[in-house]
Amino acid sequence: MSEHLPALQVVVPLLAAPVCFALRNAAFARAVCLAATWSSLAIAWTLLRQVLQSGPISYALGGWPAPLGIEYRVTVVGAFLLVVVSAVASIVLLYDRGSEQQRLPASRHYLYYATFLLCLAGLLGIPITGDLFNIFVFVEISSLATYALIALGRSRRALLAAYSYLIVGTIGATFFLIGIGMLYQMTGTLNIEDLRQRLPDVLDTRTVLIGFSFLVVGTAIKLAVFPLHQWLPNAYSYAPAKVSAFLAGTATKVSYYVMLRLIFSIFGVGFVFATHRFDLVLMPLSLAAMLVGAIAACYQDDLRRLLAYSSISQVGYMTLAICLANVQGLAGGIVHTMNHGFTKSALFLVIATFVQRTGSSSVGSVAGLGRVMPLQGIAFLVGGLSLIGVPGTAGFVSKWLLVLGALEKGQVWVAVAMLLSSLLAVVYVWRVVEKLYFGEPVASASSEDGESEAPGPSGSALWRATPTALLIGLVILLGIWTEPSAEVALAAASELLGVAR
Amino acid sequence: MSGLELHPALPLLVGGLLLAVVPLSVRRVGIVLLPVLGFANLLQLEHGEVMAQLLGYELAVLRVDKLSLLFGYLFHLAALLAAIYSLHVKDAVQHVSGLAYAGSAVGAVFAGDLLVLFFFWELLALTSVFQVWARRDRASTSAGTRYLIVHVASGLLLLGGVAQRLQSGESLRFDALSVETPGSWLILAAFGIKCAFPFVHTWLVDAYPAATPTGTVFLASFTTKTAVYALARGFAGLELLIWIGTAMAMFPIFYAVIENDLRRVLGYSMINQIGFMVVGVGLGEGLGVNGAVAHAFNDVIFKGLLFMSMGAVLLRTGRINGSELGGLYKSMPWTAGFCMVGAASISAFPFFSGFVSKSIIMYEAAHRGEVWVWLALLFASAGVFHHAGIKIPFFAFYAHDSGLRPPEAPLNMRVAMGISAVLCILIGCLPGVLYDLLPYSMTYEPYDVTHFLTQLQVLFFSALAFTVLMLSKVYPPELPSVNLDVDWFVRRAIPRTAATVGRPVVLVSSAVGSWVAGIPRAILTLAGWLHSPKGRLGDPWPTGITAFWAALLLFVVLVYSYWFA
Repeated sequence: MSEHLPALQVVVPLLAAPVCFALRNAAFARAVCLAATWSSLAIAWTLLRQVLQSGPISYALGGWPAPLGIEYRVTVVGAFLLVVVSAVASIVLLYDRGSEQQRLPASRHYLYYATFLLCLAGLLGIPITGDLFNIFVFVEISSLATYALIALGRSRRALLAAYSYLIVGTIGATFFLIGIGMLYQMTGTLNIEDLRQRLPDVLDTRTVLIGFSFLVVGTAIKLAVFPLHQWLPNAYSYAPAKVSAFLAGTATKVSYYVMLRLIFSIFGVGFVFATHRFDLVLMPLSLAAMLVGAIAACYQDDLRRLLAYSSISQVGYMTLAICLANVQGLAGGIVHTMNHGFTKSALFLVIATFVQRTGSSSVGSVAGLGRVMPLQGIAFLVGGLSLIGVPGTAGFVSKWLLVLGALEKGQVWVAVAMLLSSLLAVVYVWRVVEKLYFGEPVASASSEDGESEAPGPSGSALWRATPTALLIGLVILLGIWTEPSAEVALAAASELLGVAR
Repeated sequence: MSGLELHPALPLLVGGLLLAVVPLSVRRVGIVLLPVLGFANLLQLEHGEVMAQLLGYELAVLRVDKLSLLFGYLFHLAALLAAIYSLHVKDAVQHVSGLAYAGSAVGAVFAGDLLVLFFFWELLALTSVFQVWARRDRASTSAGTRYLIVHVASGLLLLGGVAQRLQSGESLRFDALSVETPGSWLILAAFGIKCAFPFVHTWLVDAYPAATPTGTVFLASFTTKTAVYALARGFAGLELLIWIGTAMAMFPIFYAVIENDLRRVLGYSMINQIGFMVVGVGLGEGLGVNGAVAHAFNDVIFKGLLFMSMGAVLLRTGRINGSELGGLYKSMPWTAGFCMVGAASISAFPFFSGFVSKSIIMYEAAHRGEVWVWLALLFASAGVFHHAGIKIPFFAFYAHDSGLRPPEAPLNMRVAMGISAVLCILIGCLPGVLYDLLPYSMTYEPYDVTHFLTQLQVLFFSALAFTVLMLSKVYPPELPSVNLDVDWFVRRAIPRTAATVGRPVVLVSSAVGSWVAGIPRAILTLAGWLHSPKGRLGDPWPTGITAFWAALLLFVVLVYSYWFA
């Protein structure tokens, strides 16, 4: 059984999706969905521990060995991402049932769960597969499911947001596929390990160079690297609340993994940074993302859009880590997938709770809510502190590693830019906190509407608080106890860079 | 040290937080009891260090020596006085954050390590800002926010310095820091912000007058004194500090005399007093640091006393502008009396506490042959006497009778002011008690003929000028605008040089200030134009534009990497 865990990691959610579809009952589908996500988390955790103990695990799917069949390959960085994705999915799914599927009639809620599971299967497949084409397939599975999930949002604009994400995402996927084709033409393999071995012979050809450009730009679109980030704010702000929380914690993180694999496992640091100085392109874009995203967040009037722009800024930190290409910096980027994933998901859940109460997602609408809903207020405060990177929260750990990485490279100005971006984060977090605690509650009709809406299904308040509390608890825990996050990330970074720790 | 000691910050920090959940009556006992308990805990600490493992670093979480102990005693004393002073307050936020704030300051002075220092440094900012916000109006909310931003920035500078030191393989211990490395400069900048160095002092005069009457007393005791401690520990003997300190002692005088808000006047006079301490630190180990530390000790008490008396006036009358007050001594005689003791102390009258510490710094400056510094400090002393020694009590309690007859300050306030006043006189008469606590042993006698006469001359001539102006009716008491009075008063009473130097100083620095403030404003306008939801970068683009950028980026990567191939 345990040797089949790599396959089960993908198969469980993938098969649970049609089961949900077949059940045609929301309550059963939800139970199946919960069981599948939580068992994914258990599998991911087990895999991570195995990898840390005994090195990478190779699994030949269907018994066909690597060059012919598809190889699943569990690496430290991959297993880390598996844990992040499945943990966010498991916890977010706990969130109050009443919040979702505003546009779907109750009789069709099972479709929502089936789509959610398909999306999860795709996101889990990407970090585990050892085959480049297989990555493309999983990217498409998760993306198609994502488009459908976003379109479920309450506002009509959700459809438009999903549509434009579909176009942009398809451009990205096409670029990616073209890149894969070129690599295949030059090497005759799609397996990542094989590619790594065969590519050095043909690295100086133009085809490989063009293939590299297509692959990287295609991934950059999905990763929302500045200036390819503008699909993200709409997608996150019009999607259903839980979907935003889920995507914010997972989607860009998995794309980040693909970028890491491309640069460090397939093409190699020598080709990307030494020969072609790709860092000179990515570094300015990262810094621009960090600052532009944060500044834009400061000016947003919509809470979810504010968080979305903050995500763009945080993606900047992660791509910055790639440019640093040393163990500490890269570990900072990798651990940021977890730290930022938990933080941002928690914040989206808090906002969802506020929106449910007030019926509006504008910054002004949360005025005084910190006193009415003290737990949610504190959750936002802690999450915000983590976005800023205050010591004692998870956000600090990743930024600290990044700063150390930057200083190790002697790039003090990078550290200064990070500091600046953190100060901007103080501003946009503060805008909301100020409203939460010092604003006068708006006693207009909207809040009364919210209250009449608020008593949803029995116990829904509990189910709104539990996942938020879990995520915020993790944010604090990972800020103090860094063994499961930063230590693993350091191991993952050493693995990617091929250096011994 | 056994390693089992109770960290001195814990009684105030943890105990303070626990008070958040108890009823008001218990809390009132608690806020007075906790500083006493903390003080008892201090008394049984031995010199030494306690290490702890954290994040893979070996950190000195507790370092006990003479310097840290002195500040430890001081902060507990200050916490006790402020707690008594704020006993009548019902607001839990002020009590809890006040004690936690004191606890953070205690934690900072006992930190043996820069990382631990950073932790408490940030905590100091986060806990103190509630004293401003607790007033719960628009002005104090935004003043508090500005205060918080400045102090978080100071913490980030400190962290940057720490990271730089760590990276270049230097030790994280918080001992004397050499100024050869960029990390140390960052750390000095962080200390400087908290210490209200010139040009970064505005947070002080901005936030302190905006705080609650009791909050200002808390604020005045800890933040800047922690910074003075940090300077004394890290940068004793740095010559630059002498010049910075001299500037700090001089420039606030001009502002203080034209200011109408009496608590803001005290804020400026606080910067002026810190200037003396910074000069002391710059003069280096021995008498210099001793003088700085002793002056910090006295300043907490007499400046606290002055802020207490102004807080009582604000509480009872709801006013704090000098032009709206006057004649209060008739109904608030105790407060007026205590205020006079504080004023005498800050003006360094012999037999009051300010005299025995300020004279050390003056003596050491003269002794080192820093004649200009000595003269500047002498001038600053005269200035202090005018704006803090005369102006504060005169305009609040005497001057033109405003007709206000408020009741005397509450009993708890009078008790707190009384204890402070007794301490001021006690230390002034028996300086040996304080001298024994100082980090360096010294043989210094404050009451010798030179000190005595110099100081009396300064005070006499200042008072003479004031009196002559009053008696000759040159000083028009019935002029409604006090601001104008003082403006005019400065030009006559302080030597003619001040008139010519003072105005330009204010004008030039205001001009520089508005110019400097103009740059961020321009940047903000531009950023807002670009990033607001209507701007180019704050609004999602049509799909076509994103596609265009994707193509462009592909093109750039292609051409670029082809170039490098």
